[in-house]
Amino acid sequence: MNAALNQLIDDHALDATDRRLVIETQGGLPLTSQPYLALAHRLGLSEREVIGRLKRLLDSGAIRRIGAVPNHYRFGYRANGMSVWDLPDEEIGRLGPMIGALDFVSHAYHRPRHLPVWPYNLFAMVHGRTREEVEEQVAQIAALLGETDRGHRVLYSTRILKKTGLRFTG
Amino acid sequence: MIDATDRDIVNALQSGLPLTPRPYADAAASLGISEAELIKRLRRLLEAGDLTRFGPLWHAEKLGGALTLAAMSVPTADFERAAEIVNSFPQVAHNYERDHALNMWFVLATEQPEEVESVIAEIESLTGHPVLNLPKLEEFYVGLRLEL
Repeated sequence: MNAALNQLIDDHALDATDRRLVIETQGGLPLTSQPYLALAHRLGLSEREVIGRLKRLLDSGAIRRIGAVPNHYRFGYRANGMSVWDLPDEEIGRLGPMIGALDFVSHAYHRPRHLPVWPYNLFAMVHGRTREEVEEQVAQIAALLGETDRGHRVLYSTRILKKTGLRFTG
Repeated sequence: MIDATDRDIVNALQSGLPLTPRPYADAAASLGISEAELIKRLRRLLEAGDLTRFGPLWHAEKLGGALTLAAMSVPTADFERAAEIVNSFPQVAHNYERDHALNMWFVLATEQPEEVESVIAEIESLTGHPVLNLPKLEEFYVGLRLEL
């Protein structure tokens, strides 16, 4: 899809009803047999319209997915490492997608450096059952990057202080 | 306690619930359990905190809002107070303690792009600690899915 069309979709993706759908579902989807019908009742719409809107919002990317977000710790992923990398800026467009494609990387982003305190410009989240497993995954990333890796670190999360997700007030 | 069926459920539903009139019944059928069992287990997983959310995951930027990752270096003695201040902002979606001099890392999700700057300024003024703003410049992959 071309950029102009993407922009057009972005600009026109959300109307007032979509926003009410965001507000109604940001706490979660109803855990009842017909959740889209339950939403439809709250919003004064038909079930068919709710499903149609959700489908359109999924297709446009406004909804990433409708699903379960696990607490990784509870499922045995006790080592959650934020690996951060100092890569040449001109190489990041080529290297970033390679790192993102690894199956143990859940998300990868290019972010700005803040010199001198923060020299890292690529963030890749890696998850393992143990720190050893994470270290092994980070070594695989380092091997893949070779000489373009000018330095990296892994920051482990030692405590979840908050995890509520997106909250809009309408 | 999380059992094998819970794992199967979460693995299957990380990818998405169907957009059908009876989505739990449809998902349950492919998992080989009843609709009632699936709903009961999802409720229990949410109440126990094994799932942090269940439902649509909205993309802040595509809703016209903004997202950023921010980091602070907070002395241990002041950590709990600062965490309480940071967490009190509804715009703070996640907050993690990490083992680095920059020991508090939080994600801001705001309805208006300008709000990022103002929330950061408020957090700096209330906590007394400078905030490093690390907005994403490019996203390479957001699978956000792990085999559990």
